Parts: sequence; C-alpha cells; structure tokens
Amino acid sequence: MEKRYIYADNAATTAVSENVLNTMMPFLTTQYGNPSSIYKLGRDAQKVVEEAREKAAAALGCNPSEIFFTSCGTESDNWAIRATAERLAAKGKNHIITTAFEHHAVLHTCAYLEKHGFTVTYLPVGENGVITSEQVAEAITDKTALVTIMYANNEIGTIQPIPEIGKLCHEKGILFHTDAVQAVGHVPINVAEQNIDMLSLSGHKIHAQKGIGLLYVKKGIPMPNLIFGGGQERGKRPGTENVPAIAGLGTAITDACANIVEKDERITKIRNKIIDGILTIEGTRLNGDREKRLPSNINISFLGVEGEALLLLLDSKGICASSGSACTSGSLDPSHVLLSLGLPHEVAHGSLRLSLGEDITDEDADYIIEAVKEVVVRLRNMSPLWEDITNGKEHTKKLLPFVSEITSAK
Amino acid sequence: MLYSDKVMDHFANPRNVGEIPDADGVGEVGNAKCGDIMKMYIKVDGDTITDCKFKTFGCGAAVATSSIATEMIKGKSIDNALSLTNKAVVEALEGLPPQKIHCSVLAEQAVRSALTDYYKRKGVDPEPILGKQSEHCDLHDLPTDE
Repeated sequence: MEKRYIYADNAATTAVSENVLNTMMPFLTTQYGNPSSIYKLGRDAQKVVEEAREKAAAALGCNPSEIFFTSCGTESDNWAIRATAERLAAKGKNHIITTAFEHHAVLHTCAYLEKHGFTVTYLPVGENGVITSEQVAEAITDKTALVTIMYANNEIGTIQPIPEIGKLCHEKGILFHTDAVQAVGHVPINVAEQNIDMLSLSGHKIHAQKGIGLLYVKKGIPMPNLIFGGGQERGKRPGTENVPAIAGLGTAITDACANIVEKDERITKIRNKIIDGILTIEGTRLNGDREKRLPSNINISFLGVEGEALLLLLDSKGICASSGSACTSGSLDPSHVLLSLGLPHEVAHGSLRLSLGEDITDEDADYIIEAVKEVVVRLRNMSPLWEDITNGKEHTKKLLPFVSEITSAK
Repeated sequence: MLYSDKVMDHFANPRNVGEIPDADGVGEVGNAKCGDIMKMYIKVDGDTITDCKFKTFGCGAAVATSSIATEMIKGKSIDNALSLTNKAVVEALEGLPPQKIHCSVLAEQAVRSALTDYYKRKGVDPEPILGKQSEHCDLHDLPTDE
C-alpha cells in the first residue's frame, strides 16, 4: 500500500482552516488596533470582536452578551467551577457533582476545591462510558451548588445525556455546567433548549488557533472574576482582547456548526468502517459506547500490545494518533478515563485513539485498517505477554473477558 | 518527548528479537500491569555468551533498551554481562528521556535475570554473584534526574 499521511488526532488539536486564517490575517497585520482605543483602528478591532461574539451566540443558541472570550477551554472550566463554587459557598452550598472521567481541567479544579472545604461527588462511569441522569439525581443534596459534566469524553468520545441532566438540575434549582470542548461542531448544541447554564469551548479543536476559548454563561448568573484588571469582557475577564484569535474563533464556530448532520453522517460511516475493520483483529475491544459516541472517535484496546509502541510504528506509516497508555500520559498509571470504565491496567496500556478529521476518506480508512493490523501483528510477535496469553497462562486469564476471542490461542 | 536517533533505530529495527529454544538461561522481568515485560534468552559456551535474544512488551524505550542490551552482551564474557549497568545502556542509546530511565534499569535486570537462571540450571547459587532481584514497579519511582 502506498504510504499516506493521515492526521487522526483531531481530539488533540486541529489545523487552522484557510477560512479562519483569512479572517485572522488583517488583525495580525494592518488592523492591529486595541479594541479599547477610540480611533477607527481601535473601533474596527472592537467591531470584529463583537461580530465573533454574535457568531458564537448564533451557533450556540444564546445571546451575544452571554459569551465571554477566554484563553482556552481549561480557563473556561476553571472559571465556571471556581466562580460558582466560591459564590455559592457563601450561601452554605458546598457540594459539587461531576464524573470520574472528566478532563483534568475539571478534575483538578474540583480537587483544589476539596482542599478548601468542598465535597465533590465523582459519579462512576458505566462500562459503556455514559452516565445517566438518574445517577445525578441520586447524588444531589440540599448542599449541591453545581453539577459539571462533560458533553463528550475526550478519549472515548462518549456523548452524555446533557439535555436530561440539565433539565433535572433546573428542576432542583442547581446550576449546570458542561465542558463541551470535544462536542462543539460534532453534536448539535443549543444551550437554551438543552438546559445548559454554562458551557466551555476551545478554539483549537475546531480549526481556530490555540490559546482561545470561550465560556457561555446564562444571563442572570453572577460570575465573580478569576482574574482582575481592566474593563474588557464587561470587566469579567480583563486583559486586552486577543483580537485575531477571537475573530478566527467566530469563523471557526460558524464553520464547525454548519451542516453538522450531513458531516456527521459521512464521518460516522467511515468511523464505523474503521472500527469494524480493526475489530476483526483478535483480542481487541472498542472502548466506550458504540452508538452514543462522537462520529470522529475511535478508541480500541489491543491485548498484549503497549500503546506508545503502537503510536511510534503508526507514525512511521504516516498516521498520527494517540493512546491512553501510562507511557504516553507520562505517569505511572494509564488513562483515568479508561480505568474509570473498569478496564484492567493491562488493557488500558494497549489503547489506541483515532480522532478523525472532516477530510477523512474511504481510502484513508482502508489504509488505517491495514496499517493497524500490520503493526499489531508485529508488536504481538515480539510480546512476551501475548505469548503468555496465547499459551493460556493463568495470570493472563483475567484479561480475556475484556476482549474479543483469541482464536490463535493454543 | 524526544527519543534519540539511536533509540528510534533500535525501536524500529530491533536486533536479536525472538527466542532461543535450547537456551542456557531465560530471564523475565517487569509485569503487564506496569506496562512493560522483558524476556531474555542466552546461550552460553564456556565463559562466553554466544547468543542472546529477547521479547519485549512495552514502549519504544523498553524495546530499544532490550535490543541494545542484547548487542552489548552477545559474544562477550559472562563477567562482562554481569557488569552491564543501566547507565551504560543509556549511554549506548545516546540518552533516554528522564521518565524512560526505568526501561534501562529493566534491561539491566533482564540480563541479570537470564544469568541468574543460567547459574541455577548449572546448580550454582546465583545470589552471591548476582544478589537479589528487586521488584519492578518500584523502578517507576526512581529519581528521574539521573
């Protein structure tokens, strides 16, 4: 097979689109004004910032005054959670509900709050990687200040029942935040219809540049500042506006949210082809629910293979992907997301995440399937763990229920 | 994280992969839970390690360290293999990222484990020569500034 170059790590970051770059270019060159300045150069900069705000609001189904630009998704998460927690703590509400497989931007903010007198409930995630609104209902107490649950998981792509959870929170008078960094552009979002009070979004996941994000905050919710300074973003998020990035983000959101249904349908078909193709390999499993899943996400574990080695060999074949192995996370333990599904470490170490871009083709899918097959065979041939598995060694038997049948077992 | 060209070469084209069916010593270190296992086979003639092969489950560095370790002891004396250190493995690979140093320790231990087995098969107590083998998962907690 002729070598291809396939970027299949769009959940990590995406390329800046030509459309976005064209929007940004004037504000990186001749239109360099500060939006706070009174003269035309400044007014033009302010105008493009407000236009971007309108575009974001139109895409999310809210009012432009409810959009605050931030530096990234992480900042948006930190702000939403800390501001709400600290404000409601004064009213005796010191309980937060989240899930065990959130992004670290949420988990580490919650851990910080736990050190400052908060109680946090980390809802366990079922084997399919989807939590239920019933779980949330059971966790709510009269002290609950906030429920924060991601829209779609970054590693396994599972989509959570956000509208139902939001409805429940509203019935109970509890604020609801969602980290929608992975969902925007893949799932139709309407904050009003879906009962969302706060929503975090990141630009570089939808073909804007890195270092730009936003937080949607429903009108009427007071937001104490995370940082202090001038009057930008109505004094709520000071600091001179990143005008080119904001302009680009406006275009990126519009583009990402256009034709979601058609786009999803096409990508889902290719995704399913890749999943089915890879799952013909023995000793594998699809991590996360197959249906309630981002059209772009594939996460598969290969028994007897280590994730980083898999990535390096795929890289040599021109495929960029990612893994939840400990070696790629830089820590002792493999991904907390995969462990939250109840997977043993051994199965989590051998995981591969492919996150497809809109430009993925049928030919790319064929190439990926063949490359993965070849690489897995190569690594298994030199794996003493695979040798023990196929020889039916006792210590490997506990791993077998997690994967498809190993037909080459002796 | 950046691997040296030497590490990438040994990962992409590992030397001495496989098994020796009539090996004189076989050692296995690491465990699947931690994400790396190395199995090393040696063939000994007199005082010389005439052949050495390995199988590894693990990351790029785990494969590269085991590959180069086999090169470093193959055709050499047992004394030479006994004195193989993880530092020598790191140097031969032109460096390893700090969080991958434990892979070099694992490679050193795989060699020592194969030699332990060799002595046991010969009816020689390996402990005075090789000491006790340590638990693998502790290796991850080694200081990373080495």
